[in-house]
Amino acid sequence: MIAAGLGRRPQFVQVAWSSIEASAERGDFDIGMSGVEDRPALRARRAVTLPYFEFREVLAVRPGDSARYQRLADLRGRKVATLGSTMAYDLLLDAQRESGVVPVSYDDDVHPYTDLVAGRVDAVLLDHVIAERALRRTPGFVIQSEPVAIGHYVGVLAKSNTALRDSVDEILRSRMRDGSLEKSFRSWNVWDDSQARHFERVLSETPAAGGAGNAGELTMSGITSYLPSLLRAAGVTALLSILSMAIAVSVGLGVAAGRVYGGRMVRSVLAIYVEVIRGTPVLLQLFVIYYGLSGVVRLPAFAAAVIGLGLNYAAYESEIYRAALEAINRAQLEAARTLGLSEVQIFRFVRGPQALRLALAPMTNDFVALLKDSSLVSVITVVELTKQTAIYATNTGSWVVPGILCAAIYLVFSLPLSRFARRLERKWSAA
Amino acid sequence: MSASLTITGLEMRRGSRQILSGVNLEVSPGEICGLFGASGAGKSTILRAVAALDPFSAGSIDVGDFSLVPGPVPRESQLRQLRKRVGMVFQAHSLFEHLNALDNITLAPVHAHGIPQSRASEDARALLDSLGVAHRADAYPRELSGGEAQRVAIARALAPGPMILLMDEPTAALDPARREALGETLRALAREGRALLIATHDMEFARGYTDRQIILAEGRIESGPASRAED
Repeated sequence: MIAAGLGRRPQFVQVAWSSIEASAERGDFDIGMSGVEDRPALRARRAVTLPYFEFREVLAVRPGDSARYQRLADLRGRKVATLGSTMAYDLLLDAQRESGVVPVSYDDDVHPYTDLVAGRVDAVLLDHVIAERALRRTPGFVIQSEPVAIGHYVGVLAKSNTALRDSVDEILRSRMRDGSLEKSFRSWNVWDDSQARHFERVLSETPAAGGAGNAGELTMSGITSYLPSLLRAAGVTALLSILSMAIAVSVGLGVAAGRVYGGRMVRSVLAIYVEVIRGTPVLLQLFVIYYGLSGVVRLPAFAAAVIGLGLNYAAYESEIYRAALEAINRAQLEAARTLGLSEVQIFRFVRGPQALRLALAPMTNDFVALLKDSSLVSVITVVELTKQTAIYATNTGSWVVPGILCAAIYLVFSLPLSRFARRLERKWSAA
Repeated sequence: MSASLTITGLEMRRGSRQILSGVNLEVSPGEICGLFGASGAGKSTILRAVAALDPFSAGSIDVGDFSLVPGPVPRESQLRQLRKRVGMVFQAHSLFEHLNALDNITLAPVHAHGIPQSRASEDARALLDSLGVAHRADAYPRELSGGEAQRVAIARALAPGPMILLMDEPTAALDPARREALGETLRALAREGRALLIATHDMEFARGYTDRQIILAEGRIESGPASRAED
């Protein structure tokens, strides 16, 4: 419709929803539209079209809770899901401060509702369009009629692209006037009285270019206001990595011991485990543990993340330990046997300590890799350092400062470890 | 005097290959017996069978009143008597690389034989002293010369107090002076009443320092048991 009005051929470019704004500024496309929310900060940073659709932030709850949970304030201490980097997420953060709601951030708009029905979260706060579509797909919840907030969808363009924006606004106004936009909305089942009132309001206003408002949270105070949440997220990353590594080391040791000492059956089962884990993406494994197994065990997201990363890295650790155990020459082990040491004692006093020296440096390198891979768990709603940075970057519209801060925190974790690994390598190779 | 080690009709096959056939052998206390033969003659195989590292298919091996029988190698828990009585020194000394000389020697006495650490250390120092390497007690295997490492390995094998000492190619890495010193060491060990079975392809050494030479070819004993002691 807009392209036709401009006399141009529309071309679809797919990017992640949270990257629409940044991609528009980069020039990946001229105009980004897909539920882009009209927010003052966005108006200040980019060229923004007039609001072409009015949406309501609505609460979805399980039928049995519809009387209990009518407003956000009713959900003290309860988990409320939404999409990260949205107006709804900001509303939840406010509600967290004011009434103790626990926000849970998702990367997609499907799983919040399936997790609501499954009992993993107690409510979902999202745009009514999304909620209604989800209800058609996943019955088993109700949408509260009273909206939590009202917002508008806009198209977003690069800041310098105001000329195109003005043309688009003109086209949108004329399509609102002549009823063709209403016709489209009706055909998509998203037309209601509030849209009619919204159109009237838009058409009665005189065109005014955006540009005012608070563009940057990239001020010093903006940075300091984000620091606590970044540091918290860094804590999540550190804790997640340490716990996952603990699982990886213990399971890895068991797997390696089984593959070196076990019978044929044990060896083949463990070999299959290692090959399956190493041969499939960790993202897939996280999805399977969190969503795939939810019918059997409904793990909390953090536990699922720790277990998923831990079991994944256990496969890699086990290969390190196995190689290290097998690197200890047989004659030493035979000498130990002729001296009367039992297999367990040989493992404990002869083979294990020497294998540990060989394994320590590659283990440390693996821990650094795990630290970075822990960013993958945001796909199962754990907000760790990278995810928090993405939220920060989306809200400020720039990756520069958040990116530098995030990288600095990762380096603070990983540099000492890398140094430690290098020192160990030098020390043992000299030995 | 009854033999420390008696091997009777020892047979070993790997798949279709006959490695040892009809090996009969006795070593008495205080005797140094040389097992001589080319590489692959089966010398090391006999030592490994006596040390219960490899199984054999027929015959028997008696160490004092402990008997090894054909079939799979018994579990370590059933080999405790054998382990106390038989010490073995491997060709490449095979010291534990992460432990110093003293700890290499005390490891088994302390953990396998329940001797208190202080007494085990004392004994180990005495052994190192008798072998002339007391000053190397704190050195790690990588810091030892070939001759020193071998002496530490001998001390380690002697620490549990075995009645038989098996040695696989002990002269392989030694210069002539060291070989002579080793020979004297073996004589001293035999004088203390131990039985020594030495596998070697070094005929000169075997003639010079063993009481009896048994020549092995393709898994059979060709000559012997001519004993110098009986000359």
